[in-house]
Amino acid sequence: MASTLEVVDLVKHFGPVRAVDGVSLTVGVGEVLGLVGESGSGKTTLGQCVTRLVPVTSGQVRIAGRDIAGLSRRALRPLRRQFNIVFQDPSSSLNPRMTVADIIGEPLRLHRIGTAVTRRARINELLDQVGLRTEVGRRYPHELSGGQRQRVSLARALSASPALLVADEPTSALDVSVQASVLNLIGRLQRDIGFACLFITHDLASVEFLAQRVAVMYLGQLVEVADRAELFATPRHPYTQALLSAAPIPDPAVQRTRQRIVLAGDVPSPVDPPPGCRFHTRCPVAVERCAVDVPLLRRVGGSGAQVACHLVADDGSAPDVSAAVPLRLPAARTHARPAPSPGR
Amino acid sequence: MSVGPLLDVEELTVRFRTEDGAVLAVDAASFAMGEGEVLALVGESGCGKSVTALALTGLLPRGAAVSGRIGFAGRDLRGLPERDLRRIRGRDIAYVFQEPMTSLNPVLTVGRQVGEVLRRHQGMGTAAARERAVELLELVGIPLPRRRLGEYPHQLSGGMRQRVMIAMAVACRPRLIIADEPTTALDVTVQAGILDVLRTLRAEIGTAVLLITHDLGVVADIAERVVVMYAGRTIEEAHAEALFARPSHPYTRGLLDAVPNPARHSDGGLREIPGRVPVLASSPDACTFADRCGYADGLCRTRRPAMNRGPAGHQVRCWHPLSVPSTVEA
Repeated sequence: MASTLEVVDLVKHFGPVRAVDGVSLTVGVGEVLGLVGESGSGKTTLGQCVTRLVPVTSGQVRIAGRDIAGLSRRALRPLRRQFNIVFQDPSSSLNPRMTVADIIGEPLRLHRIGTAVTRRARINELLDQVGLRTEVGRRYPHELSGGQRQRVSLARALSASPALLVADEPTSALDVSVQASVLNLIGRLQRDIGFACLFITHDLASVEFLAQRVAVMYLGQLVEVADRAELFATPRHPYTQALLSAAPIPDPAVQRTRQRIVLAGDVPSPVDPPPGCRFHTRCPVAVERCAVDVPLLRRVGGSGAQVACHLVADDGSAPDVSAAVPLRLPAARTHARPAPSPGR
Repeated sequence: MSVGPLLDVEELTVRFRTEDGAVLAVDAASFAMGEGEVLALVGESGCGKSVTALALTGLLPRGAAVSGRIGFAGRDLRGLPERDLRRIRGRDIAYVFQEPMTSLNPVLTVGRQVGEVLRRHQGMGTAAARERAVELLELVGIPLPRRRLGEYPHQLSGGMRQRVMIAMAVACRPRLIIADEPTTALDVTVQAGILDVLRTLRAEIGTAVLLITHDLGVVADIAERVVVMYAGRTIEEAHAEALFARPSHPYTRGLLDAVPNPARHSDGGLREIPGRVPVLASSPDACTFADRCGYADGLCRTRRPAMNRGPAGHQVRCWHPLSVPSTVEA
């Protein structure tokens, strides 16, 4: 299968901090890969390596077949139109002194794409695609709402028609009703234009909505990669199982009957990660081997799912983590308590 | 049988003077909660939920003009002098905020900070306060509590810091904890633990919890009753399960449909609410959601709706509450 992004054994250390420690993944042409993890998992650093916002310690980042991991800034510059990134906070990633049209057109100018006239037409087309009126182009970022600013960020990121868009928590700073419109927009643009997308987030619900495949990261490494439906229906890695069980479902009728796996302890330091499987210190089903042998990410079952766990069998059968921990029901059923009735 | 609700807020109104003119942050909000109840105050940024929480014990800055009645255990907190309010805060009503790092003192040990609450409000001696602090840290699920007493906030993880904050909040067995986005800064696996702690406290101490949040997943997990706020007004109130199953206000319905739900994949896209939350200088004689509502008519734009019992049995502030079952598409 043709891949737009191919990351091979990527390592990024910040001094002693092993933020990303040997990650390999691919994003197919026109595919959305959701990269999920909690704080400190290294997901944001991975996105910064892929877009070369930070130098890579070792490994490969192949975009449209070309390895950009070791390129100098000068050699990288003409290739930058192949990829772009959208950040969490649009108010700090848009230049407050530029108009919206200038912001969106900047990648076109930098890469010397088109003439002034064709660029203007392209800017208007982009404004339309992200659902902003043409006159918004004359405004400045501070005149816009958070949702509109994120639309501007998207238009800028897509203006030079990149093959790959990295979106790092693009909706996390937005209110839920605005979040919905930005998620819908990313989904629609991705289907219409067909770029590949590495969608980085801590929010499982938005990954479930947007991604075709999902990669789960823990302490600098991938623990599981699978198709969306498969990952959410049958999470195999104990960490994935715990993560999915901890994320509340916005429906009390469902949420209050779910069983939860509550993990003990905190995420260990990436300066001195545990030997063997990095999750073994918190894993409810870990055995002796897990503290010694490093589990490799390997294909299991017949579907192409990949898991890094000694306890997941080659046929894909996985330990039931919820059976190994004292179960907690999330909430007692609501008592039929009469609502206090203030006189109104 | 208790005599009346623990907290009874009537017509709470908060106005701010800003450089850009007056802002009406809370517009005649009324709600009540019983002893030991978990009530969620839900809404998006700017709806007035946090301002309401701060107004309850007089924590708003001087420029805020507050009116209405805040009944707590039979007393109106609004008329009380600061000295009395200070005694109530911490002892009867305790707060837990979103970011524990800014609420904890970075240069004092955990033991010193938890102990101080006990010494100040309960008049305990140093040794007794220390022993009680160990019990409290144990109660909120902090491993090796005795060792933690000597540590500083920066040595703890975000989840552990929030547990310390909760330990301080419950030190005096308050009747009400006001938790303003207590898990928003935390990872989901940590959040699950903190929600468990709140549940435990309610079961073991009988503390009522007023949970301020924008996160409908958290509401679905822990709240018994829900009050939805929009542009300063309360717009719907119901038991949690009833609210999610049969939202009556078009805004509540829109909010629920806007959230992706991993339990059921939505192929058709998420529902969007067009427009944005208005910032109001004064209370309009209209429904504040009318401009964004697919059902709005002349009545909605010219007359302010009152809280009334809707078709689903909820309290709802709407001229045209959604019928049951709601099948209408906007």
